[in-house]
Amino acid sequence: MVDVPFDTVAGIPPAEVGEVELYHPRSWWTRYVFSQDAKVIAVQYSITAMSIGMVALVLSWLMRLQLGFPGTFSFIDANQYLQFITMHGMIMVIYLLTALFLGGFGNYLIPLMVGARDMVFPYVNMLSYWVYLLAVLVLAATFFVPGGPTGAGWTLYPPQAILSGTPGQDWGIIFMLASLILFIIGFTMGGLNYVVTVLQARTRGLTLMRLPLTVWGIFTATVMALLAFPALFVASVMLLLDRLLGTSFFMPTLVEMGQLTKYGGGSPILFQHLFWFFGHPEVYIVALPAFGIISDLISVHARKNIFGYRMMVWAIVAIGALSFVVWAHHMYVSGMHPYFGFFFATTTLIIAIPTAIKVYNWVLTLWRGDIHLTVPMLFALAFIITFVNGGLTGLFLGNVVVDVPLSDTMFVVAHFHMVMGIAPIMAVFGGIYHWYPKVTGRMLNEVLGRFHFWVSFLGAYAIFFPMHYLGLLGMPRRYHDIGETVFVPASAHDLNAFMSVAALIVGFAQLVFLFNVIWSLFKGKEAGGNPWGAASLEWQTPETPPGHGNWGKELPIVYRWAYDYSVPGAIRDFVPQNEPPAALSAQGAHP
Amino acid sequence: MAETALTNTGTSITRPAGWRGIAADWSSDQRAFKNVSWGKAMMWIFLLSDTFIFSCFLLSYMTARMSTTVPWPNPSEVFALNIAGRHIPLILIAIMTFILISSSGTMAMAVNFGYRRDRVRTAALMLATAAFGATFVGMQAFEWTKLIMEGVRPWSNPWGAPQFGACFFMITGFHGTHVTIGVIFLIAIARKVLRGDFDRERRGFFTSRKGYYEIVEITGLYWHFVDLVWVFIFAFFYLW
Repeated sequence: MVDVPFDTVAGIPPAEVGEVELYHPRSWWTRYVFSQDAKVIAVQYSITAMSIGMVALVLSWLMRLQLGFPGTFSFIDANQYLQFITMHGMIMVIYLLTALFLGGFGNYLIPLMVGARDMVFPYVNMLSYWVYLLAVLVLAATFFVPGGPTGAGWTLYPPQAILSGTPGQDWGIIFMLASLILFIIGFTMGGLNYVVTVLQARTRGLTLMRLPLTVWGIFTATVMALLAFPALFVASVMLLLDRLLGTSFFMPTLVEMGQLTKYGGGSPILFQHLFWFFGHPEVYIVALPAFGIISDLISVHARKNIFGYRMMVWAIVAIGALSFVVWAHHMYVSGMHPYFGFFFATTTLIIAIPTAIKVYNWVLTLWRGDIHLTVPMLFALAFIITFVNGGLTGLFLGNVVVDVPLSDTMFVVAHFHMVMGIAPIMAVFGGIYHWYPKVTGRMLNEVLGRFHFWVSFLGAYAIFFPMHYLGLLGMPRRYHDIGETVFVPASAHDLNAFMSVAALIVGFAQLVFLFNVIWSLFKGKEAGGNPWGAASLEWQTPETPPGHGNWGKELPIVYRWAYDYSVPGAIRDFVPQNEPPAALSAQGAHP
Repeated sequence: MAETALTNTGTSITRPAGWRGIAADWSSDQRAFKNVSWGKAMMWIFLLSDTFIFSCFLLSYMTARMSTTVPWPNPSEVFALNIAGRHIPLILIAIMTFILISSSGTMAMAVNFGYRRDRVRTAALMLATAAFGATFVGMQAFEWTKLIMEGVRPWSNPWGAPQFGACFFMITGFHGTHVTIGVIFLIAIARKVLRGDFDRERRGFFTSRKGYYEIVEITGLYWHFVDLVWVFIFAFFYLW
């Protein structure tokens, strides 16, 4: 695709918006701590998200220890097990993945990729991080309150979430809901910035259809988050009122410990609707940035333009729109009308079409490409495999008749870990290995990276592939100890032990990654400005790491899309987005 | 007929009108919404997000009201006042609605005077709007007090479904919080207008950015939104 509507520099439209003066830090505090620079905020978001993510990783170890060797670890009782699964799920989905993709990658990449000096409102952007940090601290505090964190499961379904049988009923659930409300407030401040920056602050020559797919993914996910988080906000407020004031929004008349409770007349199903109206888009809030990152990684490291760019963009938008009308497929066993089940199964399966378009386009991008098996590329390939794997089991669970017997089994756990656990984490790692040189100016160590990749990828399969089988056997999820059960053969217990050992190994491999990140910061190979030979705008900054204001004196002017790789006749195998066509023909390169 | 895209760099760009213009804007570089500043775009998108919050609140309330097995208290009876020996249903709510809608009028006038750079009138009208808003919140406080005195609680009330009190306090409380935040913003912006910050291009304390009279309009967007939400609450909660 030769996309050069402006054949001379003079043909570029004039700047519509004058330069906005940036906030210039005057002290160490405003430069590195209370920084209004999106790049610093991105690093703050990433470090915070990964720190709380490490807590969730340790929780997954404890859960696997209990599942693999029941009865051996006496310090894990049933209540604690429930608390571990709740906190693991909530942290991983919201406080790690959402925050890392949108707050971390979004903050770093959006201004650079759209050729802006910063987000449009840096001060609000800074507040977003600090409110997020507060949310994380409130969440972490639940480990220390009397009764410990809530054990209601990450879905927090009432009525059990606030009844006395559930661990963390005293304080844990209150802190959890408060933390979610804070997170949503903080996210909204950041999210508004990301959306307005993409729509209104692009540089000259950069049309929406020339944006790298990473920006499209993060942008669409942010729009979705701004429309989906309100449902979680409302659900959290109402559940908090049920717990604190004794209202009965979600609480039916019920008997607790032989006593009639003070509640009555509420609808638990209402909570499920609100929760999943947020919860399903949330899956794609995590997946769409991953789609975008993977598209860019594959294109750069296969030295080929992305196949079907426009279809990729429309697929992202279509997935984003469709994901708002599928939420009740999480509620097939709630007793809904069969016609609703039919409707939601149909919409769910329709999502397979744009998703399949994306997968085919990734494969066709790779086809006859000059594939460099760098660490980011390995992670990108692993993403495609795990995502297809999780997507296929999604077709099982999207159908009512297949879902009902599989509901609440390990099959569901295996499915969502493959599709929105392992796959997005692969994209996160691929993205970090890819953009780390831009953030720090140094490469991550390749050998350690390959070790980290192979252990993580194969290990993830060792954990979650057998889990599908356990689910088909009927092994339920959220059970502390399965015990002697007729339909679970003895071999299943051996399999559980095997998976637990794999989980421990994968967990330790992440320490190698952390070591690599810290060690390479000081000892890594100097990267230079553009180590991968990438065409998109973030690699064309005058300084690496990019300085305050990103672009030096002049904002870049964009002449082409972000995927001009291996253009016939060009001197290099990539043409940067900001390279004018005139310069090309002067070098005798571009026709 | 061609329209012109406003820029703040001294150049003007012609663009086609109507649907062709929309297509041209979205396929252009730099900005998808021509003539829309960052702040205004951000406020619109925030309001869209906030619409979802209020929609979720109202839908939850409707679900509770439609699915309850206990009779729902009659709003005309509950929100009636005895004035001069006469029993008038919804009189307080009617006055509150009238006040809030009037405040939208003064807000619109403030926006107009803001663009004429009439500092004193802009600030006065914004403060009038804030005063209307504060009156609204005050009357809401009176209404809350009256209901609480009559025994309405979030968890129960003397007349029927306990969700009545829960929904009432939650929805009016959340809306009242919005009005209160709006009042605070109005006073803060009115102070800046009166002080001449936007004429002297004084920089913000935290952001070190210049302010513009457009902030009056952006505050107005928020205010009209809060007003509009009240119309829906009025229709769905009080008139139903």
